[in-house]
Amino acid sequence: MTIIESDISAVVWKVLVRVGDTVEAGDPVVVLESMKMEIPVESEEPGTVTVVHVSEGEVVDEGASLVTLG
Amino acid sequence: MFTRVLVANRGEIAVRVTRTLHRMGVEAVAVHSEPERDAVHVRTADAAVCLGPGPVGDSYLRADRIIEAAKETGAQAVHPGYGLLSENPDFAEACARAGLVFIGPSAEAMRAMGSKIEARNRMMTAGVPVVPGSLEPVRDLGHAFATAGEIGYPVAVKASGAGGGKGFRVAATPDDLKAAIAGASGEGARFFGDPTVYLERYLDDPRHVEVQILGDVHGNVVHLSERDCSIQRRHQKLVEESPAVHVSARIRARIGEIAVAAARAVGYHSAGTVEGLLDGEDFYFLEMNTRIQVEHPVTELVTGIDLVEQQVRIAAGEPLSFTQDDVRLDGHAIECRINAENAAKRFLPAPGTITAYQEPEGEHVRVDSGVEKGTALLPFYDPMIAKLIVWGPDRAAATARMRQALDDFRIDGIATLLPFHRALLATGQWERGETCKDLIEDRHWLNDV
Repeated sequence: MTIIESDISAVVWKVLVRVGDTVEAGDPVVVLESMKMEIPVESEEPGTVTVVHVSEGEVVDEGASLVTLG
Repeated sequence: MFTRVLVANRGEIAVRVTRTLHRMGVEAVAVHSEPERDAVHVRTADAAVCLGPGPVGDSYLRADRIIEAAKETGAQAVHPGYGLLSENPDFAEACARAGLVFIGPSAEAMRAMGSKIEARNRMMTAGVPVVPGSLEPVRDLGHAFATAGEIGYPVAVKASGAGGGKGFRVAATPDDLKAAIAGASGEGARFFGDPTVYLERYLDDPRHVEVQILGDVHGNVVHLSERDCSIQRRHQKLVEESPAVHVSARIRARIGEIAVAAARAVGYHSAGTVEGLLDGEDFYFLEMNTRIQVEHPVTELVTGIDLVEQQVRIAAGEPLSFTQDDVRLDGHAIECRINAENAAKRFLPAPGTITAYQEPEGEHVRVDSGVEKGTALLPFYDPMIAKLIVWGPDRAAATARMRQALDDFRIDGIATLLPFHRALLATGQWERGETCKDLIEDRHWLNDV
């Protein structure tokens, strides 16, 4: 199990995956927005999405869980 | 003159506008979001109204709440600062309908300059030079070759939605044109959902030079000389200076006249900036910013004219108290934008909490800021937290003073551009007045700052 975390305090702008989706290494899973900059968050490894922890418009802190891959 | 003005902004510009209002004997009303109720800009004002939650769409962009706040607190005018609602003609009109003076140009002038195509056409009609080219979409290859022949090579092929370096190709000769169009069009479709391209003369590393103008409601327009803002990342300025390097008195007079002509073409009043590209001795109009600019303090330091004061006086109907001949340039001013960003990580923003904060002081050192020790920098807002501006009798003296002030500036708890500016101003490229474009795109150099 891998948890993809936010490394910055940000607003969740777009959630690009749903539970059950398969992702490859390098695929963007969430786009964050912080201080007027869009920051795509990519998966570092392949896997299947088991949990999406955030929804669009939500404010996340640094270290917050975004997506869990099974 | 007004007795009370609402400042419809936040951060350093709200503090800076309030400072001038107070000096003029005018009271300032602040507006703020819920998480910024204790912010510096709120504390420096005479009254404050909460607009709503943190995101700008729920607070600082709520035109209806801002106008309500102005009415409730007895303000007669609204200063929009920069960004947010400052270039929104609908907001300017809504202010007027509510009986409030909008401290800025007319809604018509904002609309005329807000559309890239309309602004370009108006400028061409007024005899203002624009980058040779056509905003008309390329219809087919035959049309492209004909247009490129008229513009002259090298030609830039740009996708309509282009930005951030994508959807852009250069054709050095007619032989390259077909491939350049295919490349730009393909990227336009992939990244911006639009394969449409247009052609423009390609300028290799031009300088970004802009002219400050002031116009009153009685038809007087003057220019306050130029600023050089060539040092940018992601098309946003990092360092600005006035006067511009490599601009002779002759070029200065000519681009000043061009800017005044551009302002007159749209019946402009208030402070405004005509932005252009300087390629050798050729100046081309890019766009007009119909508001106070972030970098306005460098012009203030070399002319001795408070631009915010002028905006307020013009909005109150006063004629300009000086003519073009009265405007004198003295010395050299530089501004460094202090952003909460990490240059080594591709200028990634760095929200967080400021744990220690000490601004530099000294003769001819000015800091415009909106933060202090304990300020939490939130992801909703701009990363620019302060501007450091210095004056010197010449560029070398101003640079030396800036380097000392950068060393004296202490901000802990977050990453800032202080180390970047310290490194940049120590380079030979800066000393020679180059655009430093290759340095800012050099990962290794950035990693070491």
